[in-house]
Amino acid sequence: MATANKNLDIKVEYLTRVEGHGNIVVNVKNGKVEKCEFHVVETPRLFEGMLRGRSIFEAQHITSRICGICSCGHSLASIQAAEDALGVVPTEQTIKLRKLLLDYEFLDSHILHVYLLAAPDVLGVPSFIPLIKTHNAVVRRALRMKKAVNDVCDILVGRHIHPITAVVGGWTKLPSKKDLDTQIKILEEMAGDMGETLKLAKVLKFPDFHRETEYVALVSDDGEYPLLMGDIGSTDGKRVSKKDYRKSTNEFIDPRSSAKFTKWSRDSLFVGALARFNLNADKLHPKAKAVAKELGLKPVCHNPFMNTVAQVIEIVHCYYHALEILKDLKKNGLDYSQQVTVGANEKGAVPVRAGNGVGSVEVPRGILHHNYETDRAGMIKVANCIIPTNQNVNNIEHDFAKFLPEIITLPKETITLRLEMLVRAYDPCISCSAHYLDVKFVD
Amino acid sequence: MKTEKKSVQIAAKPKVAFFDFASCEGCQLQITNLGEGLLDILGAIDVVEFREAISEKWDKDYDVVLIEGSIGDHHAEERLKKIRARAKVLIAYGACACTGGVNGMKNSFELDEIRASVYGKDYKLFDSTATKAVHQVVKVDYSINGCPIYAPELVEVLKCALRGLPYTVPDNPVCSECKLNENVCMYERGVSCLGPWTKAGCNSWCVNNGNICYGCRGEVKNPAKNANDVISKYNLKPELIKAKFDMYNKCKEADNNGNRK
Ligand code: SF4
Ligand code: SF4
Ligand code: SF4
Repeated sequence: MATANKNLDIKVEYLTRVEGHGNIVVNVKNGKVEKCEFHVVETPRLFEGMLRGRSIFEAQHITSRICGICSCGHSLASIQAAEDALGVVPTEQTIKLRKLLLDYEFLDSHILHVYLLAAPDVLGVPSFIPLIKTHNAVVRRALRMKKAVNDVCDILVGRHIHPITAVVGGWTKLPSKKDLDTQIKILEEMAGDMGETLKLAKVLKFPDFHRETEYVALVSDDGEYPLLMGDIGSTDGKRVSKKDYRKSTNEFIDPRSSAKFTKWSRDSLFVGALARFNLNADKLHPKAKAVAKELGLKPVCHNPFMNTVAQVIEIVHCYYHALEILKDLKKNGLDYSQQVTVGANEKGAVPVRAGNGVGSVEVPRGILHHNYETDRAGMIKVANCIIPTNQNVNNIEHDFAKFLPEIITLPKETITLRLEMLVRAYDPCISCSAHYLDVKFVD
Repeated sequence: MKTEKKSVQIAAKPKVAFFDFASCEGCQLQITNLGEGLLDILGAIDVVEFREAISEKWDKDYDVVLIEGSIGDHHAEERLKKIRARAKVLIAYGACACTGGVNGMKNSFELDEIRASVYGKDYKLFDSTATKAVHQVVKVDYSINGCPIYAPELVEVLKCALRGLPYTVPDNPVCSECKLNENVCMYERGVSCLGPWTKAGCNSWCVNNGNICYGCRGEVKNPAKNANDVISKYNLKPELIKAKFDMYNKCKEADNNGNRK
């Protein structure tokens, strides 16, 4: 067999087009895979350590800085955990606006990933920069859509990267009637580009690779596609409340790499758009369901490359969901007396008590958990954040183990690219997952 | 942006590279958020490394490099020095790079203690040093403060850098912009705000949106005239203000652009 004595030594350092820093290390001797690993290498930023001794009212501001692209998601998980610890119950209006913010976060992140980070792979170019020449209209559309989402975010939270107005206790600034109209207008003007995005999605081709795994995402009993609130569920039939999030992650040390991995019912688990789709496809917006049908994605799908397609479906879902919230707010009006001035809570706007709270929120890359324990003065004693990419690293390695033998006859460059594509399909956000990292290298 | 205007050092289509260190990468995302305006900038420069967005590598010298993030391990320090050696002009952008940013809070703890608190007994596997701002490791030619950077300022500094013109981060307090924006002062609303001690340039971004200033743009040399009045008038504890300020300003900021301290 041609592969019997194949030797391969691949080391992709600082995997490009992925948030954060990741390395792929592959070692094949005489056709046998000796090593096939995905490493996360980044300076530990030690957020959980730094949070100790800071006020619970600063947690949103600080943890937002774990990741620029998921800053709204981190903010929402942080606020949820803090309010849980303090015993604050947000109003219906506050929740509605938070859901809107989460829709924007998904739109922004998924558009970035589908267009700028994943499309170059599928179109066979090293980056979006050559696409400026060859696919100028596509690049312009991507940037235009990103700008539009950025603009609606600016209106809602002051700025998309590190939101300002979403805090513990509610909103420091509520959108005016005009603000609602502007957001609706910007989104409606995006409709044409949305249509074009679907056309693009239809031509994207992905490797045919399947591996069964456990898909984990928020689940709920109501009819809404759960992103902000719910229990933690899996395609293996598990379900726990967010208080028991640790049961769904079971962080463990892998003796081979010393990185911390997660698992639930089997060797590894998958979080992200495909997991949400696999668990909750029946709750998608009808327009998104129609798109799923058009794109041929059905639950349960075991091809990790299809995560990008699930993201396209979620783009459609979040787009229409956001418009529905905006129109509802416009119709029923906002209660501006709910606007809060919190700061460091000097005025005691939010009652403080000692507590332990969990926030579990779906962010673009999967389920995110924040957990804080506070003292009577609202100072953080212990903090724990479990980030989606961290939960996926183990699954990526298990995919590698099955995928590599399937493609081993291909030239080294193609193998490298395929493995990079596989990692990128997960849309990993490594700046966050630097919670744990692996420092072993193959020479 | 026009580049025909001759500058002494920079080529007509300058080779520009973006690198990131310990950061949330939000500052580079601010660049992609320029939307189609990004294409104007890209038309004037030749992007040779931008790890997040492209897969091409470049092994020659750079006309301009933009550094995001702070330095928090030995490998990063070496990598930064190598980049500096190949760069004609170095721009530090974002609070992480300019003042250490939120990463600086690490320096409030004993290093081994905070490492063990996150990684447990195996913490030594993960190299980690006290957080340094970029200028504490190499010479910085331009700084763009803020967490995240304010996009209009980025465009301004890039223009200056490409033309070889100086740029100085404003040294008046956020209050000056806040007053122009006619916000009701947060102190009047019963909560404390770091505006009097923080460099302006963000157009009082947070206060305009009903929040307080957290000091992300670094400390002014001369705090607002009323800063001391604020402390006494509102009966503030200076330690409280300092603790709040530590969120972004544990590492010392460069005294001036380009002056390494
Ligand atoms: S300065 Fe702020 S926005 Fe920029 S990289 Fe650092 S944490 Fe992120
Ligand atoms: S203290 Fe804060 S709110 Fe008051 S004027 Fe200064 S920046 Fe504005
Ligand atoms: S108001 Fe203060 S914290 Fe907000 S962006 Fe400006 S300097 Fe930074």
